[in-house]
Amino acid sequence: MNRRKFLSILGSAGVVSALSTAREAKAGGTHSFPYYEGSYGVLHDTTRCIGCRQCEAACNQVNNLPKPQKSFDDLSVCATRRRTSAREWTVVNKYVVHGKPVFRKLQCFHCNDPACAAACFAKCFQKQPDGSVAYDGTQCVGCRYCMIACPFYMPGFQYDDAFDPLVMKCTFCAPRMKEGKLPGCIEACPMDALTFGKRSDLIKVARSRMRKSPGKYVDYIYGEWDAGGTAWITLAPASGTATAASANPAHDLHPLDLDTHLGNRPIGELTYGALGAVPMIVAFWPVLFGGAYAISKRRDAIHEAEKEAVAREVKNDISYVVNTAANKVAETHGPAAADTVRQAASDALKVCERPLRS
Amino acid sequence: MAHHNIIIPTKDKLFNLGEFSLRRPGNLVTAVILAVGLIITVIRFTQGIGSVTNLSDVQPWGMWIGFDLLCGVCLAAGGYFTTVGCYVMGMKHFHSAVRPAVTTAFLGYAFVVIALLYDLGHPLRLPYMFFFPGTTSVLFEVGLCVATYLTVLFVEFSIAPMEWLAGKFPFLLNWRKLVIRCTIILTIFGVTLSTLHQSSLGALYLIAPGKVHPLWYSPFMPMFFFVSSMAAGASMVIFEGMFAHKGVHHYMDATHLREADEIVFSFSKAASFILFAYFMIKFTDMLVQANLPYLVSGYGLWWLVEMLFFILMPALLYAKGSRERNLKLCRFAAANTVLGIVLNRFNVSMIAFNYALPSAERYFPSIWEICISVFVVTMVVTAYRFIVYHMPVLYEHPDFKDAH
Repeated sequence: MNRRKFLSILGSAGVVSALSTAREAKAGGTHSFPYYEGSYGVLHDTTRCIGCRQCEAACNQVNNLPKPQKSFDDLSVCATRRRTSAREWTVVNKYVVHGKPVFRKLQCFHCNDPACAAACFAKCFQKQPDGSVAYDGTQCVGCRYCMIACPFYMPGFQYDDAFDPLVMKCTFCAPRMKEGKLPGCIEACPMDALTFGKRSDLIKVARSRMRKSPGKYVDYIYGEWDAGGTAWITLAPASGTATAASANPAHDLHPLDLDTHLGNRPIGELTYGALGAVPMIVAFWPVLFGGAYAISKRRDAIHEAEKEAVAREVKNDISYVVNTAANKVAETHGPAAADTVRQAASDALKVCERPLRS
Repeated sequence: MAHHNIIIPTKDKLFNLGEFSLRRPGNLVTAVILAVGLIITVIRFTQGIGSVTNLSDVQPWGMWIGFDLLCGVCLAAGGYFTTVGCYVMGMKHFHSAVRPAVTTAFLGYAFVVIALLYDLGHPLRLPYMFFFPGTTSVLFEVGLCVATYLTVLFVEFSIAPMEWLAGKFPFLLNWRKLVIRCTIILTIFGVTLSTLHQSSLGALYLIAPGKVHPLWYSPFMPMFFFVSSMAAGASMVIFEGMFAHKGVHHYMDATHLREADEIVFSFSKAASFILFAYFMIKFTDMLVQANLPYLVSGYGLWWLVEMLFFILMPALLYAKGSRERNLKLCRFAAANTVLGIVLNRFNVSMIAFNYALPSAERYFPSIWEICISVFVVTMVVTAYRFIVYHMPVLYEHPDFKDAH
């Protein structure tokens, strides 16, 4: 392969990656809710949740997860702040908000444009048209960058499995949805705290609930826009006066561990600027450093040429001096004496020539 | 020439392993660490990651990523830094530093990949990133660049083993000639790839804005990581040189010894400027992002410690050291910088990561994780010693004198 061919391959690799980055960026940048027309979601109304853990039990059962040490009837576990893990794809936590207990179910939010999918370097995560974020463990390398990326701390990892450790998270019961069944947790909820439906409808349902019971809810549908929007959205109870709550929804959402600082753009977009710079660097760095190399080479060449010019000049001067002197001597002392002078000068030059050259 | 006795392997005696069997504390410590490391390795790969680490679902990346990967790659930046200085910028007097720098860079990257295998749940599936390329992932870019750069480094480094083995396998001479002809292309390719993945290591954390403390999180993290890698590269050349002069001084030839001090001063001067720039961009970024209020907190204090004692201080010490031609001071500044880079990577990946979580859920590496990291460093040192004992790295091979 010659250099030109090599560089052109390098260049086209840069262009290809630029195009794919640009396309992805466009997919993330211009779409707005809904990402998939008619995709499903779940509305979690925390004002209805009583912390009975039926959803946890159902999740455990339909997904064949290992049985926990404490049974699902033990409601005291809700009091400790738990998170989802490889064994528990959903957990219900009790939060005390301004003196009153509020229960919230945690599971994968199934983002519209998921950070885990943007982060995965082996394309294990895929947002599905049904609204779920699917994970394909067969090509998972186990790097756990998805867990770094997830702003909700949702994916868990099977650290204790030596030979096939995988990332585990709520699947939205996609296999059950394909059979026309509801996700396990939703079917099990006795309080109707989880409402399944088209995400676009659920947003309307949430708004109408707010309208019907003024002052009951925080004026904020968590997940409508957060992190670019999520399929699972959450309603939280308002605590203080309606005006205080509407002034700053974060005031009521933070005690529920709902992060309102994620912004309304997909999290993955934060990296697209850096990724977009890759083809720029690939294209420009060789020119920049090639130029620096050319400059330093040229500088050396000029330096060398100058040195030679000086040496030549000095040589000319010396031969002029010696010849003039020898001619003068020839006039006064005869040609033999002139030869002696030339010989002496040439011997003397030989001695000092080395330092002159180097 | 006052050649102290450099043992140059010949056609008939290719190996020079005597140094390893000497009864010296260094060899004993090496043997113990390697043995312990091997035992933990067996446990890790038969009992799972959870059996030896304190990693959790909230802290999926710990010591093995924070030190072995982030610091390993950054501290191996001496390779691109030295080759660019020597070949591209035309600093010919850096020449004797090129081979040691390329050697350590190659070893650094090679062992980063080996260390990574410990951290991956499915180490054998590492090549899957090429079969199912997740082009939206920063990690994909890191992986692609590290894989390519490791290849470039291998080719750059291969001159030394080829000179070692050329006596026995003369066909290597042709390859050697080819590689030498490609020097400048390899160097420019190397600096491009280094720019990309050094910065991308910082870009990895761009996706976790809520997890990294605001004083360390910045849209300019890629820039910070790249700029600091330059300082790390220059400092590591000095830092490694310090140990090389202690341990393998008798393998250095007159040229290497003559140029060594001048290289330290040149690199110190460069590192001083780079560290100043690094300090300024980090400081400006703090102001621009309106993070000033965070300074009056525990993390703020910690950030100031990093900024003042591990960036500004070595910058000043380097400036003073190179100006006064004070070798000791320059070496101290190099150690200070290296420590500062490690501190920075620890901050981003562990100390200031998950800063908002309650302390009970925070991560501290297990003793076994640290042991594996020490094991990896020991393997690098042992491989370096093997190379130095056999190949013309610190000296010029008599058969290839003035061949560049």
